[in-house]
Amino acid sequence: MLQIDHISKSFPAGRGQHTMVLDDIVLNVDEGQSVGLVGESGSGKSTIIRCALGLTRPDSGRVSYSGIDVHRSSRFDTLRFRRDVQLVFQDPYASLNPRMTVEELVSEGLLVHKLETTAAGRRARVVEMLAMVGLGEEALTRYPRSFSGGQRQRIAIARAVVIRPKLLICDEPVSALDVSVQAQVINLLQDMQKQLGLGILFVAHDLAVVRHLCTTVAVLERGRIVEHGTREQVFDTPQHAYTQALLKAVPIPDPAVGRARRAERQLAP
Amino acid sequence: MGVDTILTDGIVPAQVRRRPESLLQVDQLSIDIATRDANVRLVDNVSFGIGRGERVALVGESGSGKSVTAQALMRLNSRVKLSGRVQFDGTDLLSLSPRQMTAMRGQRMGMVFQDPMSSLDPLMTIGDQVAETLRIRGVSKREARQRALDVLDELKVERAAERLDSFPHEFSGGMRQRVVLAMALVGEPHLLIADEPTTALDVRVQERVLDLLDEISRRRSLAVLLITHDLGIVAGFADRVMVMYSGRIVEENEATLLFAEPQHPYTRGLLEAVPRADITVDRLRSISGAPPAPAARPSGCTFHPRCDHAMAVCTSVEPGETITPLGARVRCHLYGEG
Ligand SMILES: Nc1ncnc2c1ncn2[C@@H]1O[C@H](COP(=O)(O)OP(=O)(O)OP(=O)(O)O)[C@@H](O)[C@H]1O
Ligand SMILES: Nc1ncnc2c1ncn2[C@@H]1O[C@H](COP(=O)(O)OP(=O)(O)OP(=O)(O)O)[C@@H](O)[C@H]1O
Ligand code: SF4
Ligand SMILES: [Mg+2]
Ligand SMILES: [Mg+2]
Repeated sequence: MLQIDHISKSFPAGRGQHTMVLDDIVLNVDEGQSVGLVGESGSGKSTIIRCALGLTRPDSGRVSYSGIDVHRSSRFDTLRFRRDVQLVFQDPYASLNPRMTVEELVSEGLLVHKLETTAAGRRARVVEMLAMVGLGEEALTRYPRSFSGGQRQRIAIARAVVIRPKLLICDEPVSALDVSVQAQVINLLQDMQKQLGLGILFVAHDLAVVRHLCTTVAVLERGRIVEHGTREQVFDTPQHAYTQALLKAVPIPDPAVGRARRAERQLAP
Repeated sequence: MGVDTILTDGIVPAQVRRRPESLLQVDQLSIDIATRDANVRLVDNVSFGIGRGERVALVGESGSGKSVTAQALMRLNSRVKLSGRVQFDGTDLLSLSPRQMTAMRGQRMGMVFQDPMSSLDPLMTIGDQVAETLRIRGVSKREARQRALDVLDELKVERAAERLDSFPHEFSGGMRQRVVLAMALVGEPHLLIADEPTTALDVRVQERVLDLLDEISRRRSLAVLLITHDLGIVAGFADRVMVMYSGRIVEENEATLLFAEPQHPYTRGLLEAVPRADITVDRLRSISGAPPAPAARPSGCTFHPRCDHAMAVCTSVEPGETITPLGARVRCHLYGEG
């Protein structure tokens, strides 16, 4: 469905120099598949997303959606792309217009893409969608600021999913949320994926969250994908030294594991 | 010896456990703030102790009151009203004058915050910033510089001598956090309060910083109060853990026991909600709803609207503190009395 085919990107770094931010990235997301992209801060995760969305043009390589080049598509294709591919960002507050009610926010896509022509039809779809993300009808007339962070993120997901996209691209969608609320949003994404056959490209620095949600995982180190495989391959039998190092450093909520690891590190030079 | 043997032996009453000599004792600390229309209680009747050299973690979700508590111990926030007692090293902190408190902060208590940049002066060299607490205390310029260098060495800042004269922006995030730690540690405090010291860092850098802190706390017998929302970090670092929910400590126990046998429904829920990088689980357990704002705290047990075990009594009566057979100090009606 989404094909990222050998893209590279560099940015000017002053004095005529360039820094290579993405180096020959290959990544596919098939229908109904959940793909995780993990990497440390500055590794290029958001840049890959921007390229995938056609917002940043790669220096070389090609991004295509259902076979059509995202960076040279016709108007008609662009419209379809905008409907099929939806986004969820880290900060739901920044992505939700504070002056719009929840009903307006969630129904906007239905209106823009002419998916429901009557107000009553739109309302029904919005109410159904809100129920799916665990919000009641009383939410319809409220504004984003009167919701908690986790609720706002669920509204953002409702807004993205209501038009039944084929692919949901998420950039750190749960990293600003508290643990108890983060689990709600992760479970919601998992349900959406199962019930609607949604494809997900999930970008995060948190390896545990990615392990939980994604069946295919790619590891990004300074603009290069150094490891790419099934969840079990990447997490249980990592081949690349970078993946191994990352995994060893992820805190595990078990004191026995924590102590054993520290003892191991203290023995190593 | 210690907790591991206790665990294999099964249940051991709390009073049998060895406790280090007390350094900090907090009794019924409450923190209130006057807003335009009302008085809001941010932290409610919190009691705990920290022993010399002990590493205690205070965990809780955003807004639970962790930072407000830490600031209260250091008397950093003049807008709040504090009540209760805070004994530190034989001194009643709440009765000190601001001037005496400043001396206390520089010498016997150190603190680091989440965002290293906010604690660093961009226009001052690293060396001068680390040495500053000592200079205020009247230590000579030469000696202060030498001691700053020693601490940076202790924190394994490479080529520390050359870097004394560089500025914060020349350092990476992890290095900056070491500088901030050095500022807090140079006065050789007995207690370090670290509020989310590694939250902004990548996991590998975070691990390095925590290892250093672990090493120094052992070497110097430095007590650490580590504040975090990350249960994974806590597991690898703390001897003892306190769980805070909506301004109250709802559970406290030795780290090993708290993770193995969480007692309070909130603690259990939290532990089951954390995804793990080392095992695959089908579905995370989530806790419904969200934590309340301090001004809209539910009656009775503040966790009751989100609790699967809530009983009639929970909605009206605030649970008192009980010590369970596993040594957990818990506030929940499922335990105690009966
Ligand atoms: N428009 C730009 N001009 C110059 N450099 C850029 C630009 N966009 C990104 N970069 C650089 O590219 C690198 C990758 O950035 P990117 O935002 O993709 O990282 P990331 O993996 O999303 O990081 P984070 O986890 O911090 O969000 C960084 O070093 C960044 O400074
Ligand atoms: N100056 C203030 N005025 C009013 N309310 C405040 C003030 N400072 C803190 N609060 C409130 O007190 C509560 C506790 O805040 P605190 O900063 O201690 O939370 P925290 O546990 O450190 O959370 P986080 O994990 O987000 O840092 C919050 O609900 C916060 O909104
Ligand atoms: S007191 Fe009641 S509501 Fe509160 S945690 Fe215990 S069982 Fe749940
Ligand atoms: Mg990013
Ligand atoms: Mg805080």
